Amino acid sequence: MSSRDLILSKIKAVPLEAKNLPTIPEFEFEGDLKARFIASILANKGEVITKAEFFSLLDSGVFEKVYSHIEDFSSFTNIKITEDAHQLNDLNLAIIRGQFGVAENGAIWLEDQDMGLRALPFITEHLVIVLDSENLVANMHQAYDRIGLQESGFGLFIAGPSKTADIEQSLVIGAHGAKSLRVVLLNL
Amino acid sequence: MPENKKHIALFIPCYVDQFYPKVAIATLELLEKLGCQVTYPMGQTCCGQPMANAGYERDTVATTKHFIRIFKDFDYVVAPSGSCVLHVKEHAPAIAGMEKEQSELHDKIFELTEFLTDVLKIENIKGSFPHRVGYHASCHGQRGLRLSASSELNQTPFNKAKQLMVNLEGLEWVELKRKDECCGFGGTFAVSEEALSIQMGKDRLADHQAQQVEILTGGDMSCIMHLQGIAKRNGNPIQFKHIAEILNEAIS
Amino acid sequence: MSHPIQAAEFLQDQAKSKWHDETLWFVRDKRDKISKSVPEWENLRDLASQIKDNVLANLGKYLEEFEKNAKANNIHVHWAKDAEEHNRIVLGILQEKRCKAIVKSKSILTEECHLNPYLEKNGVEVVDTDLGERIVQFLNQAPSHIVLPAIHLKKKDISEIFHEKLHTEKGNEDPDYLTHAARIHLREKFLSAKVAITGVNFGVAETGEFVVCTNEGNADMGVHLADVHIACMGIEKIIPKRAHLGVFLRLLARSATGQSVTNYTSHFRSPSPGKEIHIVLVDNGRTAQLARPKFKNSLKCIRCGACMNTCPIYRRSGGFSYESTVPGPIGSILSPGIDLQKHSSLPFASTLCGSCTDVCPVKINIHEQLYEWRQEITKAQPDRAKSLAMKIANGVFAVPFAYNLSGNMMRGALKILPDSITYSGLNTWGKQRDLPELPKESFKDWYKKNRK
Ligand code: SF4
Repeated sequence: MSSRDLILSKIKAVPLEAKNLPTIPEFEFEGDLKARFIASILANKGEVITKAEFFSLLDSGVFEKVYSHIEDFSSFTNIKITEDAHQLNDLNLAIIRGQFGVAENGAIWLEDQDMGLRALPFITEHLVIVLDSENLVANMHQAYDRIGLQESGFGLFIAGPSKTADIEQSLVIGAHGAKSLRVVLLNL
Repeated sequence: MPENKKHIALFIPCYVDQFYPKVAIATLELLEKLGCQVTYPMGQTCCGQPMANAGYERDTVATTKHFIRIFKDFDYVVAPSGSCVLHVKEHAPAIAGMEKEQSELHDKIFELTEFLTDVLKIENIKGSFPHRVGYHASCHGQRGLRLSASSELNQTPFNKAKQLMVNLEGLEWVELKRKDECCGFGGTFAVSEEALSIQMGKDRLADHQAQQVEILTGGDMSCIMHLQGIAKRNGNPIQFKHIAEILNEAIS
Repeated sequence: MSHPIQAAEFLQDQAKSKWHDETLWFVRDKRDKISKSVPEWENLRDLASQIKDNVLANLGKYLEEFEKNAKANNIHVHWAKDAEEHNRIVLGILQEKRCKAIVKSKSILTEECHLNPYLEKNGVEVVDTDLGERIVQFLNQAPSHIVLPAIHLKKKDISEIFHEKLHTEKGNEDPDYLTHAARIHLREKFLSAKVAITGVNFGVAETGEFVVCTNEGNADMGVHLADVHIACMGIEKIIPKRAHLGVFLRLLARSATGQSVTNYTSHFRSPSPGKEIHIVLVDNGRTAQLARPKFKNSLKCIRCGACMNTCPIYRRSGGFSYESTVPGPIGSILSPGIDLQKHSSLPFASTLCGSCTDVCPVKINIHEQLYEWRQEITKAQPDRAKSLAMKIANGVFAVPFAYNLSGNMMRGALKILPDSITYSGLNTWGKQRDLPELPKESFKDWYKKNRK
């Protein structure tokens, strides 16, 4: 017998009483979605900035190698993107668009088409996600309602920069992935 | 019939009977002062908890049968111990042929403070006890019988012991840093994991001391025996009283 | 060695054990605070628990559904009945890809299967990429906590091992500095690995996808740069629907570290063009646990670690004192199912205080299972003297007359014996605790005189 069949037959042999799946109720959310989203991003050690602030940051020239995956900022792109993510190792800034954000925890939903290369938001030194403040949901239940069963090979919630507290529980930002997350919130 | 006219059996845990008769006396006197008709059934013995927690629940059948026989005919059974009450309710083995008596017993056995607040419906007790008091929530009362809100749960705060004591004249109720952490008694644990047990006890005492507690109280003498034993050994001047003693002294 | 001995050893270093206790208490306190900021917290725990009950009642069905959907998404699905087969499957994939070095993100399952030593023996370099796991790997240790692998170490220890392995400045203990050094070191490993291994937090039957949560982003750095992604998943990690992720993700990070969500939550559904994803579904004792009615609920665990952070024993005895891959309260109910003999002291390493049960996001009745394991262990290992003593005690307690006699004897003995004996090594209670002062008479005697 294959291990697959062995495991499945062992499970079948266990007498188990039926247990129904619960329905998930709609939980109410109190307060202002935008304010809560911004507070969540800050708690995750990210930053929220306006488009104007971002433009002046870009103009200041602190980012040497920049890649924008979205039209709005494509004029700042100064590197060539190939199929091979390893080439992005020295990328200083990636700019992508988030589909929507979750107020209760600051998580922003992204799918394959939003990133181009899956490694992009991780390998870049700094990350900017552009998000329309109209696209906010209250909590993770609403988030999955919104995602539904749509097909994407890869789906991702990003809620902040790469961080760790593995050395004596002291928080350090910038473990392996992006050292910063800035969310450019449109239509504030 | 009003609740206090019903016939109440006093269940005194074996180690309280032997080592802390004053706690049993205080419990009896307190219930009498509150107008209850109380009897101490002489034939009672240990409830079997020490054996069961050590992994020998199956060997407590005789003990449990005896317990049911002794207490089955009373309207209520009240004990100054959350731990023993929890055992009777949850861990005493099911006794074939006594199902009805056993399940009735589970509904009518109460730890002292819950009996006062939930059955006698006492909102607060009038009296005076001018001391700074720290409360040790014993785990079996706390998370087993739910005598107060658990710090782990998202629930409306309540505390049955506090409700009874907090309005006593002169009593200063102390809030601890870790309000419901275990003291490390744990029955056989106290002996089988001695090093941890002592450390946990010391840590609990330190919390009370840091808040300048004068009298440490609680609903289970087993925890208090452990804490008091460590305190005495280390010359710690903190005093110990069962909550029954405080309430009984306060009303007299 | 049994738990009490290990615990006593851990407590020897008072300053360090105090730090360990307070640090984990701090994590628990953060969890308490954030859980209270979610009004529906207790509803979520109920939901999570009910969903997991449903999973356990339909495990076979969901696994088949998961397999079907995953395959349709071009994921290779493997089944392993035990640790050995799991390791062989992983090695087989590596050999087929001619891969000699891999990066691996946190996976308690691969710890359980002892994958690292197996691969190393077969000539594969394994690099754990979670910072805490890399630290303990450098020290040739296992993680001491399932979420905070290096919580037993101080920054001095880490600075020393980094100086040796990564040539950081001697004596520089700054966490920023040390983390940055690890970043540079691991970046190189990420860029060169052809295969990356991850664990799995949740597998979704409905879509055939699986979800991995990290704060460091190390799982994603590994898999998106490698050609092949191997995900190792215990069969109990399955959940029925995507929408259920909403419930579990709201609970997981809040319970684990007191944060509202991990900074990265990755959903793997199908490989990028030209790449491969393999998933290994592992039993290794899980079906046996499922067949134990009293203990099957332990399979609901989502490995948040909250029961460890809250456990007054774990906090003061450290993860290694449990000598099992998963330490703490949940480990103490899982491990006896794997090796009863070896782990027989674990269910007794508890006061049955119940705090673990109250923090558990999926409402596993952990302390009740500890109690139940005690009953099993005394049956399986009839320590005859102990058993006999208990029987006699039961007889004594059952007969009031005999009880009185022994009570009087007990009190008599305490009065007669000199302190030197009562407090000698014979009497563990009295080693560091005074005995209660002896009253003149028992309550029973008092009652006879005063109330009859
Ligand atoms: S048993 Fe519960 S609290 Fe402990 S790790 Fe598992 S899910 Fe978390």
